[in-house]
Amino acid sequence: MDAQRRNLKECMVLDHVNYVYGAGTAYEKHALQDINLVLGKNEFIGLIGHTGSGKSTLIQHLNGLLQPTSGHIYYKGNDIGAKEFNKKELRSHVGLVFQYPEHQLFETTVVKDVAFGPKNMGLPQLEVDMRVFAALKEVGISEELYDASPFELSGGQKRRVAIAGVLAMRPEFLILDEPTAGLDPRGRDEILDRIAEIHAEGNRTVILVSHSMEDVAKYATRLIVMNKGNVFADGSPREVFELYRELEEIGLAAPQVTYLSERLREAGVALAQNATTLAEARELLLADWKGGSR
Amino acid sequence: MIRDITIGQYYPVDSPIHRLDPRVKLSATMLYLVSLFVFSGYLGYVLAIAFVAVCVKLSRVPFRYIVRGLKPVLMLLIITLLFNIFLTKQGTELASFWIFHIYDEGLITAALMGLRLVLLVIGSSLMTFTTTPNQLTDGLEKGLRGLKVIHVPVHEIAMMMSIALRFIPILVEETDKIMKAQQARGADFESGKLLQRVKALIPLLVPLIVSAFRRASDLAMAMEARCYHGGEGRTKMKPLHYKKLDYVGYLVLAGYLGLVIGSSFVPFLK
Ligand SMILES: Nc1ncnc2c1ncn2[C@@H]1O[C@H](COP(=O)(O)OP(=O)(O)OP(=O)(O)O)[C@@H](O)[C@H]1O
Ligand SMILES: [Mg+2]
Repeated sequence: MDAQRRNLKECMVLDHVNYVYGAGTAYEKHALQDINLVLGKNEFIGLIGHTGSGKSTLIQHLNGLLQPTSGHIYYKGNDIGAKEFNKKELRSHVGLVFQYPEHQLFETTVVKDVAFGPKNMGLPQLEVDMRVFAALKEVGISEELYDASPFELSGGQKRRVAIAGVLAMRPEFLILDEPTAGLDPRGRDEILDRIAEIHAEGNRTVILVSHSMEDVAKYATRLIVMNKGNVFADGSPREVFELYRELEEIGLAAPQVTYLSERLREAGVALAQNATTLAEARELLLADWKGGSR
Repeated sequence: MIRDITIGQYYPVDSPIHRLDPRVKLSATMLYLVSLFVFSGYLGYVLAIAFVAVCVKLSRVPFRYIVRGLKPVLMLLIITLLFNIFLTKQGTELASFWIFHIYDEGLITAALMGLRLVLLVIGSSLMTFTTTPNQLTDGLEKGLRGLKVIHVPVHEIAMMMSIALRFIPILVEETDKIMKAQQARGADFESGKLLQRVKALIPLLVPLIVSAFRRASDLAMAMEARCYHGGEGRTKMKPLHYKKLDYVGYLVLAGYLGLVIGSSFVPFLK
């Protein structure tokens, strides 16, 4: 496969990773089972799965917050479980935005809160300031809010500030755990568009955990589907959504337009393939229409 | 780490102790704690250890799990031990340096005091391991309902207690989450000098307090939305009734107390 040809020195590699919560108690839970993955440079990965499938557990391994019960994780060829491995430095390269990140805000002003990460990296003050302003711009927070208390902001604004707090560290891997949970459709699209822009700037891997098939189909170039602690499927959105019957069995689904195009094909419209996004459906339909009228 | 705090958490297995009426467990715990401080003589210790050991065995809560619950009181335990060792000035002197003198009586008192503390924590945590907060509230409310006559707000006290207990695991989980989120931004909770470490707690404590208030107000709202209006006229879905096992429980408790009181009168074991 393509993964073998990639330079593993630039990737995150998960090798037979297992994780058990509360080993030896009544709460024991085998949350990750033999996970093997190569997460490459510049990929935009959508991580999907039913609730409780282990997505959040998996991403917490990627910056060393959780250590695998067995197995190894390599960042750029170094085992992050090794004693001499510098975890703090890893966390500046692998930025993780948690679910409901606005709950972690604590500083008196927006600017100070966003500066927390870069400051911990030990950067000079000027560099910190530059990064803070750039990050706040990237997430679309206007300048009037820079000196406001983060607790006075609206939910969507808080979310952006929290995301900026991780962006300001300029991580090479940007991992977001359901960044749009609880936002209105407009706020959701805005945040996702920002993330897509950040990815388009290049040199960044983005991993987006999401429950929305539409969102991951629109933005991701690769989908990883988790089910009960296992990787159920891994491939391009098209490949993965071809499996929509299997996906339904594990409590997921393909985007609505995939079903629509399936129905159209059944009804005799000669689409070349099933669409995964609206834009693609439009192109396919137009192609068919043009072809048919000729 | 932070998740090691197991005090006040329910451990879900099925056992005779779990099935006991909460009122039995409440009175047993109370009396056990009192018994720990009234008996004298070595026989009393043997009895107290035996009693709690049998209960732990019956409860099917792993011993390891219970011991983990001791970690948070370790500091207190150590301080108690040190105080007893250095401040007791009786018996024969074993060692001395500078202003410290260690006597044999001091060592013995320290060891026994430590033992009492450990038994105290194990005894009371065993109750919360085997009783859900709901059962505990019901038991407390019903067991103490006599006090209503003298206008003690029994229902409210019981409700507050059960909410407090319910919130322990939630706050522990929340702490863990926030800690991780701040560590992901490079926060360091484990190294540095004392002042740095205290400072490092700010990013943890501020969000934690904010979230505790948020949760409390959400809970109040949810209770009101479901027409909660205090204990007046409230009935139970599962009223408490004593069963055979509970009478056995009371008998065993009475037996234990009898033995403890009796042991104090056995002179040669003092
Ligand atoms: N701190 C914990 N202690 C014990 N078990 C846990 C803990 N965190 C998660 N689990 C369990 O591990 C499994 C995977 O949880 P995880 O949070 O990774 O799921 P998820 O895919 O992120 O779900 P969601 O979509 O709801 O966020 C679940 O069954 C969960 O109950
Ligand atoms: Mg999750």
